[in-house]
Amino acid sequence: MKNVKDFFASHKKISFVATVSAALLTGVANGLFGGGGGMLAVPAYTVLQGMETKKAHATAVAAILPLSAISAVIYIIGGNFNPSFGYYVCGAVIIGGIAGSFILKKISSQLLEFVFYGVMLAAGIRMLTK
Amino acid sequence: MTHSVIFYILAGLAGGIMGGMGLGGGTLLIPMLTVFLDVSGKQAAAINLISFIPMSIVACVIHAKNKLLDVKKALMIAIPAAATCAASSFFAQRAPQEVLSKGFAIFLIVLAVIMLISRAVAAYNSLCKKLAAYPLFPRPDAQ
Repeated sequence: MKNVKDFFASHKKISFVATVSAALLTGVANGLFGGGGGMLAVPAYTVLQGMETKKAHATAVAAILPLSAISAVIYIIGGNFNPSFGYYVCGAVIIGGIAGSFILKKISSQLLEFVFYGVMLAAGIRMLTK
Repeated sequence: MTHSVIFYILAGLAGGIMGGMGLGGGTLLIPMLTVFLDVSGKQAAAINLISFIPMSIVACVIHAKNKLLDVKKALMIAIPAAATCAASSFFAQRAPQEVLSKGFAIFLIVLAVIMLISRAVAAYNSLCKKLAAYPLFPRPDAQ
């Protein structure tokens, strides 16, 4: 991985083109699926742009904020916001988000990542076979 | 609404905690809502998109204060992505749900497999380093 990062660090034009390509895919994921753009933007920042993980996460959030705003408006106009449960879930997500950012440092992140990606894999398979 | 309110709140809390921890909450919130609570994919997507906005505004303010935010690099992704994001959002409103769901499932599987492999390699490497520190496990390349 270090060699890959070194390559992109010394080839600015290639890393720029690769980052813009990753950006186009980030937009597609955000628009089609309503999420998951960060899963592409963060590695684009760390691998292609050589940013450290914390900075990459912070910058990815800022990059995806306008995308989510665009998509949210289009989804609401498209009639896909269901207010009967939408308000409850949105409220809970915001409260959970605040809690999550506080407990971030207290749990072993390596184990957590394994669990998270394991669940993600299971969810993907479940959705594919449903 | 086909389930008790408490389940929607629990799903939201779980997704929010994951998101707040920087693990990509939406990638779990959407499957939780669709698989367990029978919410349609597009409705789950809308919820995820809307709830991301206030959370990320707060996060951006905090990150900017801590000087973790690189505005130039944020725009480098945000500007090209905005175009494909708007186009694919419009497309998603008309696309059949089944196609979108299958696409999302494949997206999740591919990313999860890549991430699991890269994390496994990293964990193996760090384990090797730790073991090399003990004389009981001499490594041929370690002097």
